[in-house]
Amino acid sequence: MTKKSNYSNIFIYLLAFTSGFSIMGIELLGGRILAPFFGSSVHIWGSIITVFMLSLSLGYLLGGKLSTRSPSLSTYGLIFVVAAITLLPITLFSQWLMEAIFLTVEDSRYGSLLASMALFFIPTVILGMLSPYSVRLLVTSSNESGQVAGKLYFVSTLGSALGTIVTSFYLIMWFDINVIIFSFCTLLACLGLLAIFINKIKHSHASELSHV
Amino acid sequence: MFKYVKLLTLLLILATSFVQAKVIHNERSLYRNILVEDKGDLRCLKFNVKSTKTQQSCYLKSQPQQLVFNYTKLLMASLLLNPEPKRILIIGLGGGTMSNTLAQLYPNSHIDNVEIDPAVIKVAREYFGFFENENVKTYNQDGRIFIKRALLKKQSYDWVILDAFNGDYIPEHLLTKEFLQEAKTLLSDNGMLSSNTFSLSELYAHESATYQAVFGDFLQIRNSTNSNRIILVSKNGLSNTTIDTKNIARLDARLTPYNVNIEQLHQNIVSTENNQNWPQNTRVLTDQFSPANLLNSK
Repeated sequence: MTKKSNYSNIFIYLLAFTSGFSIMGIELLGGRILAPFFGSSVHIWGSIITVFMLSLSLGYLLGGKLSTRSPSLSTYGLIFVVAAITLLPITLFSQWLMEAIFLTVEDSRYGSLLASMALFFIPTVILGMLSPYSVRLLVTSSNESGQVAGKLYFVSTLGSALGTIVTSFYLIMWFDINVIIFSFCTLLACLGLLAIFINKIKHSHASELSHV
Repeated sequence: MFKYVKLLTLLLILATSFVQAKVIHNERSLYRNILVEDKGDLRCLKFNVKSTKTQQSCYLKSQPQQLVFNYTKLLMASLLLNPEPKRILIIGLGGGTMSNTLAQLYPNSHIDNVEIDPAVIKVAREYFGFFENENVKTYNQDGRIFIKRALLKKQSYDWVILDAFNGDYIPEHLLTKEFLQEAKTLLSDNGMLSSNTFSLSELYAHESATYQAVFGDFLQIRNSTNSNRIILVSKNGLSNTTIDTKNIARLDARLTPYNVNIEQLHQNIVSTENNQNWPQNTRVLTDQFSPANLLNSK
């Protein structure tokens, strides 16, 4: 049994790593997505980082709250799937959206802030929810809660570091921006569905055992 | 006469090279380090201390008319296509040398300068005698946004000069197919676009393929001493813009005081029509795919 829960813990860490990887990969691509309409001035990065920090902070708050209501691996997986779906508009509607904002807002500082909000706010809030939710799934006693939180931040922030360097050094040299974002979506959705699937098997297994 | 001027300039440059360079202004702007250096009569604007490709703009204090830099002279070759540009757009100010020269050559033409870094504008005004009047304007804006807004206002230019690259960094959103299409739309009916670029190795092919995808075959003039090249394109494509040899004589007298030998430049122009020196299947740079700086360092 302990071995099994070990495997499921490793799986949760893997998911947290992937979410950290995607968040920073997308943040980095944000600058390139906005540049054609809002330029490459310093305030572009100001807008993007502001929106990412703001939405992550709200995501932590919401994720923590959600983790108090019958936490399960399947809800956790569902958050991944929803995050993947909310990322899709970046590939599908960003041109149209940025054009509309460009036409209505003359000042490129507020234009870029509004565009980052429209494109990145919702998916980043949802990705941010995963951190506290992961802690809830991993912690079994209050004694080890600090250590688990530390390990989780270690893994997800390491993912962020790797997401940044891999995207900026290699991915942008090999692929279109949309291809990279679409790959992040697919990866997050697949891992989310896998989590839901694993949870189902675990439950049916558990109920079988209880019948015996 | 022309020979003497040339010789004198050469002597001056030689003489100044023995003089110790003196930094007279040094500031860290939002985008870069800005250095103004005096070396005898020669004053230069530099964007970075250590790199070798960093001199942005130079002029001789005693003869501000003379174009010291080779690439500014190369840019003048564009006038062979259209010797009387009425509306000129310059993206990337540097020391303002190009704007000053064109304002003297064409006092009745309208010149818009666009520069992203406010500190560069300030330095050009204070140290390089960059002048503005009702015909010469400066806008502190990103070049791509300026062009997009200008299109919305239905403006057009006879000559667009892209000089926003330096040897160390390329603004990648100014080297994509989408951007060049926007710039092309901004050109007047027989408008032209000149681009001063520094592409090396792999980027050379990608940049060439991108320009070709938007404008068709183009003209280029290279500098033998470094990776500098001027790409020259026109709205109507190459076939409609064969250089009128009458222009050479017309321009010669006007450009000689600026130390520009237009006849020599004319001979150095190469068309890509029968001289394509990059692979046919090279990937075009787009807003989706524009790793220009990575490609340039490979």
